[in-house]
This record gives sequence, structure tokens and C-alpha cells, in this order.
Amino acid sequence: MPEKTYLQAISDGIRQEMRRDKRVFVLGEDVGVYGGAFKVTLGFQEEFGSWRVLDMPLSETAIMGGATGAAIMGLRPVAEMQFADFVSCAWDHLVTVAAKQRWRVGTPVPIVLRLPSGGGFSGGPFHSQNPESSFAHIPGLKCVCPATPEDAKGLIVAAIEDPNPVLFFEHKHLYRRIKGEVPDERYVTPIGKARTHREGEEVSVITWGAMVYTAEEAAKLLPDASIEIIDLRTIMPWDKEAVLASARKTSKVLVLHEDTRTGGFGAEIAATIAEEAFEELDAPVKRLAAPDTPVPFSPVLEKAFIPQVDDVVGALKELIAY
Amino acid sequence: MAIARVAEPSGSLSDVKEWGLDREDLFEIYRNMLTTRGVEERGHILYRQGKIPGSFYTGRGNEASAVGVAMAMTTEDVGTPLHRDMGVHITRGVEPWRIFAQYMGRQDGPTHGRDGNVHMADERLGLIAMVSHLPAMLPVAVGCALAFRIREEQRVAVAWSGEGAMARGDAHEGMNFAGVRKLPVVFICDNNQWAYSTPSHLEYAVEHLADRAQAYGFDGVVVDGTDVLAVYREAKYAIEKARDGGGPTLIECQTLRMEGHAVHDDAFYVPKELFEKWAERDPIERYRTWLRENIEMTDDEEDEIGTYVKKLLNDALHRAEESPLPDPSTLLEGVYATPEDLDTPHHK
Repeated sequence: MPEKTYLQAISDGIRQEMRRDKRVFVLGEDVGVYGGAFKVTLGFQEEFGSWRVLDMPLSETAIMGGATGAAIMGLRPVAEMQFADFVSCAWDHLVTVAAKQRWRVGTPVPIVLRLPSGGGFSGGPFHSQNPESSFAHIPGLKCVCPATPEDAKGLIVAAIEDPNPVLFFEHKHLYRRIKGEVPDERYVTPIGKARTHREGEEVSVITWGAMVYTAEEAAKLLPDASIEIIDLRTIMPWDKEAVLASARKTSKVLVLHEDTRTGGFGAEIAATIAEEAFEELDAPVKRLAAPDTPVPFSPVLEKAFIPQVDDVVGALKELIAY
Repeated sequence: MAIARVAEPSGSLSDVKEWGLDREDLFEIYRNMLTTRGVEERGHILYRQGKIPGSFYTGRGNEASAVGVAMAMTTEDVGTPLHRDMGVHITRGVEPWRIFAQYMGRQDGPTHGRDGNVHMADERLGLIAMVSHLPAMLPVAVGCALAFRIREEQRVAVAWSGEGAMARGDAHEGMNFAGVRKLPVVFICDNNQWAYSTPSHLEYAVEHLADRAQAYGFDGVVVDGTDVLAVYREAKYAIEKARDGGGPTLIECQTLRMEGHAVHDDAFYVPKELFEKWAERDPIERYRTWLRENIEMTDDEEDEIGTYVKKLLNDALHRAEESPLPDPSTLLEGVYATPEDLDTPHHK
């Protein structure tokens, strides 16, 4: 199998879908001639033309509202927010129109909204956020957060195929840093199924996105401990069964995410474990997340903000010792 | 000095024939306007009887504007009518009993009790249901037009907005993008002079909202929204122009909101003289006079239409009251679409 970057895997997935399904089109700021701020759609406009790869005005509302109208008319828009942070300017259309239309009036709105998210490179408060929990809270939206190149491709295909608005959180810090084997042929990674990134018996780490790798590095620093890492892959819907099975197996759980702590999706996971697996726990569920501040710019501050390998090691040690 | 073109009033019978309207079409317009007002008047009664939960909104004064535009659309065209545009639903063929069922939160309303008021639409009739956030549906209509352009279909989307909502960014982003790509969309601004209690001079500083069209690279037209034939003519021209690749038009239909924002609001802030002045231009009365003077509508013809509408609405009320309440056990259904939901002609 060929080795691809996470970014290339997303690009390949969209390109394959555009080749096999004429209804699929791309819209966003600088996605055409420039190929997207991160080059995910590089070369698309040459292949598919300027009406299927639309360079949009700086208008997140028009991008999201336009995608909604086009989807209702039977197309399959893959819209891009240049950075996930800018989804705030599209919130109304995503949350007020697209998310509720199926339930209110029976109209499906099959949209993929790509959201380059996450920090780790001094993007500052407006180019680094992980807003997934805000949207997981909205009935009618799905939230996908792949960690590996193989999943990135399989999940972008699943998102395009899905009859709902799907938010595709692609972690910018994984784009070119993470490589992996990615099948050339078309495949679908189901939305709502977690993946065991590393098997273990002693402690479970429940996480997603870039934190999968932070957890992995931490686990390697604790060679005597048997640490299981569950990569949720999608947080709405999320694989409750896989999380509860792992919690019951290890009896100790660390929930880890890069988003801020209060109201982060980890709170939902921790509460569910407390409700449904309390009797099988040997320690309180532990959460490790960013503190409740905006994302800082200066590298030293950002390092203090995003959970680091050492922080995970510390949390795991506490759980093991409990 | 106005930038937008100010449309002429409705013409003579020969003009009307030139636009492609025959006698039956002219009666259909009248019937649709009467039905529109009748639905809302009966809605008021239902509300006072305590049969409508929540609030209740009407578009009294806007009947000509809504019906005139909807009559100019073809069945292939789509639109996003708002809460003053009941005439669009009526003209596109939504059955009044379903509208009453919607008002009362019954199972047979277009949203099956999940949403209220005019927050409804029958997708099969080319309508997309509005949300309360105005003018959120404007960029959505632009997206419909984008789909038509991508697929090279000869269809047009019609986007409605009020003059109040034209202050929001959605209107700007939607119209700007539509202008940039010359999309087949027509923007209708129902300018009824009041955004809830806020008058126009606190909403915008241009002479006419249609003047803004020039800034987006397309034509703006101001039309008397109580003159149904003038509205029809301007909408028809703009829709066909859009269909032929001529890009968008912004049509501002000038009316007065003849009631409060909703049923709870007595509109004390609107000067009485303004109501009196606009009452003289009641769209239905104006059109009735035109029919009398120009096509010699007889007493019998007028009575026949009036009787038809009365019976239609009385039957509709009875049928709606027989509609069951929605079953609370279905509340969780349909939050997410299934692949089967896409099993419709336009998703193939």
C-alpha cells in the first residue's frame, strides 16, 4: 500500500468522489487557483473546472448558506472554511438552517464542511481552535475528527456519502507530519465507530485527532504500563460501546482532548462512563484538556495550553497509582 | 436621487395580454389573493379561540406582492417565502387545510407540529421552509441558483427578504456572491416599512433598498407592492432575464404592514394616518377595481370566486380541526436523515 500524508489522503478521497459522482463539488475561499490555504484541493480546478471548484468571496455565510441551497437541490457540496475558527461566521446557516431542516420539514441537507482545526504552530487565538464540542451539541449535525491518513480518506468518503451535514475536523498539525498506508481504491470508514489505536489492560485513554499521537508518545514513555488508546474517530455520533468496553476492561480511564476543558466533549464521555460503568471503575474518570482560555500565540504559552506528552504521562501515572 | 428603476403602474388589458395572462389567469390571481387573506383572517379567529399555540403572524397588505411574484414563477422554479408571503404558498398550491393544521400544531401540517406559523414549505412545490433568522434563506436561495447554474438547468430561484432583514450580513453576502457569478436568482424585498416597531429610516439610509443592487452589479427595481399586475410584470421580466443568463435582479415591493408584527402587537407606534392612507390602496380592492374596469368582471363572476374561496376555507378549517395532534413518541424521529431520504428525483 502506498504511504500518504494525512493531507494527501483527504485530497485523494475528495478527488475520487468528484470523479465518480458529478454532484460533488467544492466551494471555499482560495480553494481553486491556489488549491486551498493548505493545498488540499491543489489541481482540482484544472481537473474539474471553475464551476465545480468554486473560489468564493470572503463570505462564510454565503459559503454555508449556498452549500445548503445546493444540497437541497440535490448536489453534494464539500465546503471549506479556511480555518475551523471561521465557522463562527457560518454558525447560523449550519446550526439554524442545515442542522434542523431534516427534522423540521423532512428535507435532508447532505453537506460536508471541512474545518482545518487545532493548534501547535503559533496560529494564535483565531487559527488554532478545536470547536467540535460546540457542534456535537447541536442535534442534526455529525462531527468527524480523523487521526490517521487511512481514516482521513475513508471518513471524508463517508462524510460525502452521508445524507446529513457532516463537519469534518481535519487537524492541521497532522496534515504533513503524519504519514501512513492508504489504499488507492475507494473505501468507506463508518461514521460512529472508534478504533483501538493501541491495546492495553491497565488504563484506557479515550481521545481523538492529534491527541492520539500525544497519548501514544506518553504510553511509550511508560513501557511497564499496559495502556490502551481508543481513537474515537468521530464524536457525533460517538462509539459509546467501544468506550464502555475499554473502561470495563481496564477500570481506569483518562479522557484527553485538545479543546478546552469546560463543556468539552470529554465531559460527555466522562459523564457517560460514570453513569454506565461506575461499578466497574477502580478510579475516578480523569480529564486532561486545554485550560479554559483562548488559544495563546507565543510558543511557550501555547505549549502550556495544549496538553503535552509530559502532562499525559503525569495523568497516567496518577491513575495507575490510584 | 433614486438609482433603481421605478416601475410603471399596472397597464391596460392589452399590456396584460402581452405578458401572457389570459382572463382565467387574471381570475386566478384574484382567487389566490382572496384565499391568502382569508387564510390569515381565519387564522386570527383560530388564534382568538385559543386554538393556535404560540404567536401568529400575517402578511395583510402584502397579498399582491406575494401572489404577483409567485404567479411569475414556473413550476420548475424554487423559492424561499417568508412570514408575510402566504400568497406564495397559496399560489404554488399548498392546500389551506394543511396551513390551518400547521397553525394549530397538528399532524397534517407540513411540519407535523414540529414548527409553527409560516415556518413550513412543501418541497414538492418548489418551496423551502423559512427559519426565524432573517434573511437566512436568502443565501440558501442563492445556493439553489448555484446548483441550477452548475447543472446548467434553466431554472430560477426566488429569494425573499423584508426591508428590516436587508440590514443583516446574510443579505450582503448572498447578493454579492450572486452578482459575482451572475446566478439565476431574483431577490424580492418586501418593504412594508416596519421591522417590528422600527421604522425604515432607522434601518437603512439609501432612498430605496433596490438602489443597493447597483453595488452588486445587477439591476434594482422599485415597484408598488399593492399593484399585483405591476409586481407580476416586474417579477416575470426579472425571472426570465435570470433564466436567460442575465443574472440577478433586486425587486423592492413597497407596501405597508397593515397589522402589528404579530397578533400580540397592536402597532401603536405606526401613525394612524399612515394606516388610513395605505388602506386606500388595499391590494385586493385595487385589483378588484381593475378587473371590473378592464375586463368587466361581472357580479356573478365575482360572487363565484368569493363563494369558492369561502367554501374552500370553511372546508379546510373543518378538515384541519379533525387532524390529530402529533404523537409525542415520534419526537426523536428524523433528527438525522437516512440514505432513503435521498431517494427523491432531485437527489439522483
